[in-house]
Amino acid sequence: MYKGVAVIGDRDSIYGFASIGLSIFPVSDSVEGAKTFRQLCKGEYAVIYITESLAAELEEEIEKVSESMCPAVILIPGIYGNTGRGLAQVRKSVEKAVGSDILFGGKD
Amino acid sequence: MASTMVNPTRMELTRLKKKLVTAKRGHKLLKDKRDELMRRFLDLVKENMALRKKVEEGLEIANKNFVLAKAVMREESLNTALLAPLQSLSVEVSAKNVMSVEIPVFDYKTRAPGENDIYSYGFAFTSSDLDYAVKSLSDIFPDMLRLAEIEKSCQLMAAEIEKTRRRVNALEHVMIPETEANIKYITMKLDENERSTQVRLMKVKDMMIKEQIEAKQAAKKAN
Repeated sequence: MYKGVAVIGDRDSIYGFASIGLSIFPVSDSVEGAKTFRQLCKGEYAVIYITESLAAELEEEIEKVSESMCPAVILIPGIYGNTGRGLAQVRKSVEKAVGSDILFGGKD
Repeated sequence: MASTMVNPTRMELTRLKKKLVTAKRGHKLLKDKRDELMRRFLDLVKENMALRKKVEEGLEIANKNFVLAKAVMREESLNTALLAPLQSLSVEVSAKNVMSVEIPVFDYKTRAPGENDIYSYGFAFTSSDLDYAVKSLSDIFPDMLRLAEIEKSCQLMAAEIEKTRRRVNALEHVMIPETEANIKYITMKLDENERSTQVRLMKVKDMMIKEQIEAKQAAKKAN
């Protein structure tokens, strides 16, 4: 089954991805972002890359799809710098599985 | 305690014993599953961490290049250049089963086969910075896709480990001790019943012997 790859976030952070064949969905605020994100989750996309800044505002929506296999929602740093949210996400899953953060010992 | 809830019968005892055997077996299997999942998860999460760092660095470079490109080009010409991408990419999703957790495997396919098909514009009206930017993004993409695969797997496995751990704990600390207590209760109750029956029988036998002796003595006197 073939599916696409989507990128969602503010325009400046994501417009380049169009050149390598990904579908881009520029959004300007969180309300529009939530609406677009919900639509993307419904089908055609296997992977959704989302900028960290937008992900911060759509935490609930992302949580909802985290249990199913598709789509995989992956945080990427936007053009305004790396907020460390993506790494925090990895840390969260370690904490969930092990019960405490054993890999990174709380340090960055 | 729950021991007051069970009927002290032999049938119940057999049932509980069977249940205990199943619970112990289930507990062992689930524990093994949890340990194996944990081992794989830890390997995977280490890779995830390393890959994420790499991807984030790569994206940072790509972003910088795009900012540069944007700085030297007019907004309109930049938009026009990227308006109609030549390349289109699709991902084949298949599932892999790891200890009953379905993890995704992504395999991507590009529509245009050439290495240079990522440049969807003529080179005459665009800055070379844009070329670098697009190239750096294209270079990092395979890693990005691998990251998507691994990170999703980690999330799914983490959820499964949590579930399994709860099941193991429930069996270990609730189900098994409770069943054992119930079995003990029923065994004691049955033993108690047996003893009281025996005592009653002995008592009855004593009474019967006594009666016989008395009857014999009465017969002797009569003679």
